[in-house]
Amino acid sequence: METPQQVLDVPPPVSQSGKDFADHPDFARVDREVRLALPRYRNELGKYSIHRSSACISCGKCVEICPNNVHRRPEGYRNLMRPFDYLCSGYDCEKTDHFCVKACPQGALSLSENPAFKTLGDRRWTPDLLASCWMMAETGHAPPSHLESEIGASEGGFDRLRIRFPGAPPSDLRKEDISTEIVLNKRDDDRPKVKIDVPWYGGGMSFGSTNIRVQLGKARAAKAWNTFSCTGEGGYPDRFVPYKDHMITQVATGLFGVREETIQHARIVEFKYAQGAKPGLGGHLLGDKNTPTVAAMREAVVGTSLFSPFPFHSVYSIEDHKKHLDWIGHVNRSTLLSTKVSTPDDVEMVAVGSYCAGTHIVHLDGCYGGTGAAPDIAKKNIAMPIEYAISNVHQFLVDEGVRDEVALIVSGGVRTPWDIVKAIALGADGIVTGTAEVVATSCIRCGRCESGRGCPRGICTTDAELHQVLSTDWCTQRLVNMYNAWREILVDILWRLGLDSVTALRGRTDLLTHLDYEGAEEDS
Amino acid sequence: MPEKYHIHTHPEAPRFRIEGKLGIVDWREDCASCQNCVKKGCVYDIYKEETTALHEERGYLDYIYKCKGCLTCVQNCTKNILTRVVNTEYERLGDDYYKPEILLTTWFQAETGSIPVSGCGYGGPFSGPGFDSMWTDMSEIVRPTRDGIHGREYINTSVDIGRKLNHLSFNDGELDVKSPPIISSPLPLMFAELPVNWLRGSVPGILANVAKNLGLFSIVRENEIGDQDASMVNTVIPLLNNGSNGDSFVDSPMVIIPDSPDVLNTVESLKNAKAERIVAVRVMASPSVAGRVVSLVGAGVEVVNLVHDRSGREDAPDSPRHVRDVVRDVHGALLKAGTRDEMTLISSGGIALPEHMTKAVICGADLVTIDIPLLLAIECRLCGECEHGNPCSIRLEETEKEYGTQRVTNLMGTWHNQLLEMMGAMGIREARRLRGETGRCMFVEDLEKQAFGRLFGKRKTDYVI
Repeated sequence: METPQQVLDVPPPVSQSGKDFADHPDFARVDREVRLALPRYRNELGKYSIHRSSACISCGKCVEICPNNVHRRPEGYRNLMRPFDYLCSGYDCEKTDHFCVKACPQGALSLSENPAFKTLGDRRWTPDLLASCWMMAETGHAPPSHLESEIGASEGGFDRLRIRFPGAPPSDLRKEDISTEIVLNKRDDDRPKVKIDVPWYGGGMSFGSTNIRVQLGKARAAKAWNTFSCTGEGGYPDRFVPYKDHMITQVATGLFGVREETIQHARIVEFKYAQGAKPGLGGHLLGDKNTPTVAAMREAVVGTSLFSPFPFHSVYSIEDHKKHLDWIGHVNRSTLLSTKVSTPDDVEMVAVGSYCAGTHIVHLDGCYGGTGAAPDIAKKNIAMPIEYAISNVHQFLVDEGVRDEVALIVSGGVRTPWDIVKAIALGADGIVTGTAEVVATSCIRCGRCESGRGCPRGICTTDAELHQVLSTDWCTQRLVNMYNAWREILVDILWRLGLDSVTALRGRTDLLTHLDYEGAEEDS
Repeated sequence: MPEKYHIHTHPEAPRFRIEGKLGIVDWREDCASCQNCVKKGCVYDIYKEETTALHEERGYLDYIYKCKGCLTCVQNCTKNILTRVVNTEYERLGDDYYKPEILLTTWFQAETGSIPVSGCGYGGPFSGPGFDSMWTDMSEIVRPTRDGIHGREYINTSVDIGRKLNHLSFNDGELDVKSPPIISSPLPLMFAELPVNWLRGSVPGILANVAKNLGLFSIVRENEIGDQDASMVNTVIPLLNNGSNGDSFVDSPMVIIPDSPDVLNTVESLKNAKAERIVAVRVMASPSVAGRVVSLVGAGVEVVNLVHDRSGREDAPDSPRHVRDVVRDVHGALLKAGTRDEMTLISSGGIALPEHMTKAVICGADLVTIDIPLLLAIECRLCGECEHGNPCSIRLEETEKEYGTQRVTNLMGTWHNQLLEMMGAMGIREARRLRGETGRCMFVEDLEKQAFGRLFGKRKTDYVI
């Protein structure tokens, strides 16, 4: 079996230190080409299990017929490899002529549901959604049809919305002509009209909370797809500099790592007032994660817990907020200003106030989302789900006559390209993704980001040993692949809707239906 | 500034094995005995004692409670002999209201004294019945706000119980009115009287002890109050039987009497016996309860204890309302009558999690009572065996006092901290001001109507709340 390194066909990284990056500018080169990025665990989890008994005579019939490459015999070997059953399409295969269980002359194969698969995920990220994300990250294309890749099981919000497709797309609309670009500066000012190639960018995950290799993978994928990633509030390691044109510098209450040069680097500076994972509670980096490197970056004492208190003590009104924006706007006269807020009851007022203060991007982060550790009580109970906020804020901005002067970017539970379409149809311009990115790098959402040595899967940890379990190249390729799959699906949906651009989708609620409302049809 | 109210916690491990949600199944017979077994790489060291345990014939370790479910071992095992399954014992825990996850989180809090924290967002349903159909608000930019829980300001979680004057009057510079008796609880909760099945062994004593230590009040049926420690007189609130004269409890700060046709006479006689003693009237939640409460308060009742069933429902033949709506109804009726600020409303039933306490107060209660979570803290499984007269599988009645006291104290500590989290997010510094602040929360039906109603028209079915 090929290792991820062989598949990617790039030289192994040396030590991935800051100096390596400075000394090897080629390392910053990255493209959006899809390459197979295999799972990094020996036993990838799939929906089904294929068991090969001792009756197998290694005749190779299964290898011959399986279109999913579940059965393999390495060249030069007589025996077969253990089935790669995570690729198996399961009972959907029974009625085909390539059903290995039926075709096996020895009756040595059996198919069953994988009990471990059922233990994955939760109502929002079902096992099928997780596996779909992993498949997209591996292959760069839409997940197989035996996985429910469009909705979760939360029984509300995006999971009850459906897209209404017309009978047939216009015959003169070609998929290659469909645009997925969005412009992030809609104001008539002298700042750059920053445009991204896809209607999403990566969310902030701070240095200190997240493996630097994952952060770099995010940054590199953002560069490949001409979009952005975000520093989070943890400083700006030197290794980000080669990707500075695609990194948003986040300014939050702790001001960790906020320096004049990191503001100067940025094409977008994001003020984080709140985050959906813990609205109104600020940030908290546990002392265990505050290693010497992290502490140096944050100019803090090693081993102490670091708080980004809520709220900004200098902001108690929109006028104060404007002063904040003016401050950054003067430090960097070509940067765009983004305001990240959560979703309180009066989120419409917050959004229009931010617009009046001069922000270019209003970023709403609804509850239920977020990647970082947060009190369970906050995640479940504080602030409104993003689906409501998008609809309300979009309409309010329209009513105020300013909708076309500000970019409305949303996050907090946007998991799939289908969710992206629903969010944009409800009124957003684009979305921010975070959880899907960590899932693509093989997060299983066990939620143990904060316990012990941090994420046991090496994604959100500062533990030196756990850092080694994944590489920057692998993370990059997984994300490049996922972005490609997302874009392919997005384009396909737009094509089926007869829209020639993603901007034409914004606010098209007529293209949505809600299963809990009269007139909705399950098969929409 | 007064000293901050703080509940001191420290870990208190469970006496019995806890049923975890997920278990690792290990098909040992196919093991390849790798030199670099994945078990050695477990970041949580759950396999650390396996060899010793097997060597000493202590049996297999169980990987159900300690396993964090990261799947690293399952996915890395050379022979793929490890797998993970959902623990069926876990799925059978609790009942329709006290679901397994409520039991597990309560046990965790009682053990560690820490609030549950996890990553990767919320994984539950979009909304649900009862308290799960509302979200609390948070302050952001455009409203006066406050420091978070780690900031400089003090969030006061105490509430007053008793009648309040709606105005003061003075005569020649001196106060001309007599202030009615009032007592304060440092948290907007008190311990409810225990369901009879749990009235055994050391359990009542443990809860009374915690209430005393933390300055909380505990309700106890009058016939269950034995020769109590004198130090507990100020924290035990007798629940009097119908017709009782309460003579044995003149030193109690408050008594509760059941509602009855002549309840006002009973209140009067109890007040005549001791005017400084608060008298609360217990009424059962029902579709017509708001009118009854307004009537009682109008007649001078200072505290009303509104009782729902264990799952927070009123007594009604069809579609019984949840605490959420009953309390809002009663609170609204009292506001309309202009008497809300003169009385105290205590809501009982349906409080299983700390957010339920916060949300009940937002809906209009001054404070709530809790019972089952206290029993969960000392490891009750809610198996129901005791209801059938069978022995308790974990011998709850033999719970050691120190152990039980710490477990319940830990739970109260986490509830206090979680109340601070929610109040901090809302920018509210006083639990007293949280009462009835429905403007600082969002109800699912309102949000749906506002966001989706205008887009999609009429819902097919009403919400189940």
